[in-house]
Amino acid sequence: MAAVTQSFQRTRRQKLQVFRAVIFVVAGLFFLVPLFAMFEFTTRGRLLTDPRSLDAWKSIATYPDLIAAIVASVELAAITSFAMLVLLVPTMVWVRLRLRRLNRIIEFICLLPLTIPAIVLVVGLVPMYQWMGINFSDSILTLAFAYVVLVLPYCYRALDAGLSAIDVKTLSEAARSLGASWFTVMVQVIVPNISSAILNACFLSVALVLGEYTIAQNLLYNNLQVEIALLGRANAGVSIAVSAASLLFAFVLLVLLSLFNRGRGRLRLDDLKQVMRTERG
Amino acid sequence: MGGRRLSLNWIGAVPFLVYVAVFLLLPTSIITAGAFLKGDGSATLSNFQDLSRPYVISATVNSILLSALTAIVGASFGALLAYAIATGNPQGLLRRVVVSAAGVLAQFGGVTLAFAFLASIGPAGLVTILAKQYGINVYAGGFWIYDIRGLELVYLYFQIPLMVLVFLPAVDGIKPQWREAAESLGGTTWHYWRYVAGPLLAPAFLGCTLLLFANSFSAYATANALINQGGIILPQQIANALSSEVGLHEPGFAKAMAVTMIVIVVMVTVLYSLLQRRTSKWLQ
Repeated sequence: MAAVTQSFQRTRRQKLQVFRAVIFVVAGLFFLVPLFAMFEFTTRGRLLTDPRSLDAWKSIATYPDLIAAIVASVELAAITSFAMLVLLVPTMVWVRLRLRRLNRIIEFICLLPLTIPAIVLVVGLVPMYQWMGINFSDSILTLAFAYVVLVLPYCYRALDAGLSAIDVKTLSEAARSLGASWFTVMVQVIVPNISSAILNACFLSVALVLGEYTIAQNLLYNNLQVEIALLGRANAGVSIAVSAASLLFAFVLLVLLSLFNRGRGRLRLDDLKQVMRTERG
Repeated sequence: MGGRRLSLNWIGAVPFLVYVAVFLLLPTSIITAGAFLKGDGSATLSNFQDLSRPYVISATVNSILLSALTAIVGASFGALLAYAIATGNPQGLLRRVVVSAAGVLAQFGGVTLAFAFLASIGPAGLVTILAKQYGINVYAGGFWIYDIRGLELVYLYFQIPLMVLVFLPAVDGIKPQWREAAESLGGTTWHYWRYVAGPLLAPAFLGCTLLLFANSFSAYATANALINQGGIILPQQIANALSSEVGLHEPGFAKAMAVTMIVIVVMVTVLYSLLQRRTSKWLQ
């Protein structure tokens, strides 16, 4: 009887191993081929028989619109990260110190953008940006106003994890009793203690802003992704090269993020799931 | 410590609240209110009546079919992949690599994803060229990559990894003792899946499928980068109604479609969280 059970279990284990191998190979092919094909495509010569060349990568610099879009997207990423921190960090600290009742409400508000698809949000933003364009400014950098809302959920989670790990109340009371101003408390006590959470939040905002397409395209601004999509109709090689470059950049950011986040893998995974939802917008 | 102190405390949260009121609540209210307004500002339901236009109905049906198909296929393959991961070494390299790859790939969307597929299976793509050398014409049935069939393939690229991420905890929650118990009672593999693991995983599987549905239902960038003209899915119709280039500038109508999308996404999300709550009961 025991021998029968054993051989029964052995065949089952073998079947399981075959199943796993098949699944991993199929998944590997499906997910790696498009990535490989991108780099293959960008190194093609003029004709299929021509030798490999880096012309597509080199000619990125010869498209002034593209360069302008890259600059605009990088500026937007910087402005959005900064504005997000200025808005979120003091509020979250203040709520922890003085307005605990508001904590749930702030969390709810911050997570709200997750349930509103970007294509829906932009419908409401169009009249606002028309008004802003006439009365305030029609610069592409005004997109940062919308992007701060877009990054709220991810940054809230990142910062919340950081603030939960320290005793905000004791730290700030100690600093206040020694005569520090609220500004000093914030800049010299709180911020240094949650620096890795702040870094996380910034990385996530940068990755998100650089990948954003839906809002910019519908508000008629040419950010990086919009420009790549436009260029793709004229010169596929160059636009695929830029996509590959932005993908590599995002990947480097995520690797850096995971390095700073060692031992907190759960949070990172959660953040990624969220980022992807918005980025696809 | 009276009322004066309280009002001072509230001031600290004002900048944040004002900001979200202007850039989150105001646009949302503009959408909901505007859906019921005519161009001249009088109340109307005609924006919603316009939803019955044939091209809107076909875009909505396309969106729902596309999301349902990619959700079901993505969830099925994603679940198999999750099972393949869960049956391996929990501390193994393979698991760590696959899970972090899923994390990265699930967020791989938008324009880049469309281009990655054009580079691999587009008319001049690597796979297309290789297949041609073996006498296989990928495009014998027309240029399917540029219509809804192309989207169905491309969307799986982010649906499957998302499924792995959200479904893996449920698969990990299955204990080997349950299988041993089933076997010691004389149950076969079929019995085990039919009466033990299947019913336990079903709510989680359904919930995750719904999440995948909402995920592809609200996707716009990939579709628009791949299929640049027309509006074969609902998000593209919204963009068309917003834009004045096509000569169809109808802001009220765009808002009615946006409200429709919110309603569908919210319904699906609520169902998802209900099913998720049911799963978490035995996952602990």
